[in-house]
Amino acid sequence: MFEAIAFYLFAFLTIAMFYITVTTSQALYALTALAAGMIFISAFFFILGADFLGAVQIVVYSGAVMALYAFGMMFFDTTRELKEKNGNKLLVTGLATVAAVLIVVIFAAPIVGDNITALYPMTEGAGNTQEIGIVLFTKYLVPFELAAVMLLVAMVSGIVLAGKKMDLSLTLMSDAEIRDMKKEKKKKVLS
Amino acid sequence: MEVAYLIETVIKIVVVLLVFSMLAGIGTYFERKILAFMQRRLGPMNVGPYGLLQFGADAIKLFTKEDIIPSNVVAPIFKIAPVITAATAFLAAAAIPFLPSFTIFGYEVHPIIADINIGILYILGMMGVGLYGPLLGGMASANKFALLSAARGAAVFISYEVVTGLSILAPIMMVGSLSLIDFNEYQSGGFTDWIVWSQPVAFILFWIAAFAETGRTPFHLIANDHEIVDGFGTEYSGMRWGLFFIGEYANMFFISFVIPLLFLGGYGDGSFLGALGLLGKMAFFFFFFLWTRAAWPDVRPDQLMWLCWKVLMPIAVLNILITAIVLM
Repeated sequence: MFEAIAFYLFAFLTIAMFYITVTTSQALYALTALAAGMIFISAFFFILGADFLGAVQIVVYSGAVMALYAFGMMFFDTTRELKEKNGNKLLVTGLATVAAVLIVVIFAAPIVGDNITALYPMTEGAGNTQEIGIVLFTKYLVPFELAAVMLLVAMVSGIVLAGKKMDLSLTLMSDAEIRDMKKEKKKKVLS
Repeated sequence: MEVAYLIETVIKIVVVLLVFSMLAGIGTYFERKILAFMQRRLGPMNVGPYGLLQFGADAIKLFTKEDIIPSNVVAPIFKIAPVITAATAFLAAAAIPFLPSFTIFGYEVHPIIADINIGILYILGMMGVGLYGPLLGGMASANKFALLSAARGAAVFISYEVVTGLSILAPIMMVGSLSLIDFNEYQSGGFTDWIVWSQPVAFILFWIAAFAETGRTPFHLIANDHEIVDGFGTEYSGMRWGLFFIGEYANMFFISFVIPLLFLGGYGDGSFLGALGLLGKMAFFFFFFLWTRAAWPDVRPDQLMWLCWKVLMPIAVLNILITAIVLM
């Protein structure tokens, strides 16, 4: 009974939060609702007994949305309503709905067609966390490694894109050196 | 069975809530007193003997003060932000074993609310979510100092979390479990079994990150004291502001429980002496938070990021590598 109550409660909360995220015209509401929705999703993992994934969902997405907040802070006055430029509302809504339904069908059809079966039986005596490790390093090894490589590529390109003057660290410089640097900058501007 | 379990859990939740919100209040008294002694002052002296009732006076003031919502703030988020800080601090406590299990009137009590098998991950995640309180409060306040403080909060969050996660990974590899009770069992052999002897680097790293996690002094840059205003709390008044404080102090107490449980043997073999030992270690770590506040200045946000990403993270990764090689 508790499971059913928890499921419907969190289902309602999650959908409500994401609804606010897409409909509100205020950046702060949207971001907060997004963070809350991400955290509410973890409840489903906990209900299903996948504790590890639930905790990871909280850790990863709370950090990811925090980065979004940082961008929101840079680009908007988050306490004011935003005037959005809406083109053809019907077209946008229709296309978005069709795309969403299509994605669900594309991913769900093969699963339904195959009559969901657990390909990897539970290992006796292994906990939730170990179970994930076993599956990741046997069945899903290639996608796992590919994701790692992709993240490495993203990190390297991020450093290259943002990394001008990487050898310069204001933290390590003394005050005199910083003053000299500023003076040189001014000279360049003047000349 | 079901009903008994339900009643037991509810009682435990109420006890933890009451004890730690009380302790959070008294914690402010400890802090003021210890800071005062370190600076050769007397601290609170007027209310009650040695100022012991100062905490009560503060509580009365906070509860009865007018709750002001300024006209330009984003009201719903402004209102909910302090609740996030306080609530997540207590949510994290659900997976902490505060004492060894004991028998009372023939009924065995486990002083942990939920022994989930991913305890430490859950605790760290919840404490991380707690930083949303200052962030949202600062962003919703429509105040430039508060907004700056929120920006610093985001900077702290994205830099310390990687250090906590990586530093804790090496001990987890040794124990082979994420539950704090398993950590305690692993070290129950006594003084020489403590993880701190085999993982001193992880211990120091986690301890440093704990200061960032709770936002205590070397990394107290979220509410920057030198700006005279109170950072994210500038626009808050009354109990809303008090909830931020309850959250911060409760967090300090909980992390002071977690560090000994992870590295210093926890409650040991579960005897009465072991329980006292855990409380003693907790008291030391709480005292250390106050000690650093008296002894150290704050770092700048860029220094914190430099420290976390360029110094602590490589050390943590090296520590994991070496642990893995040794364990193989």
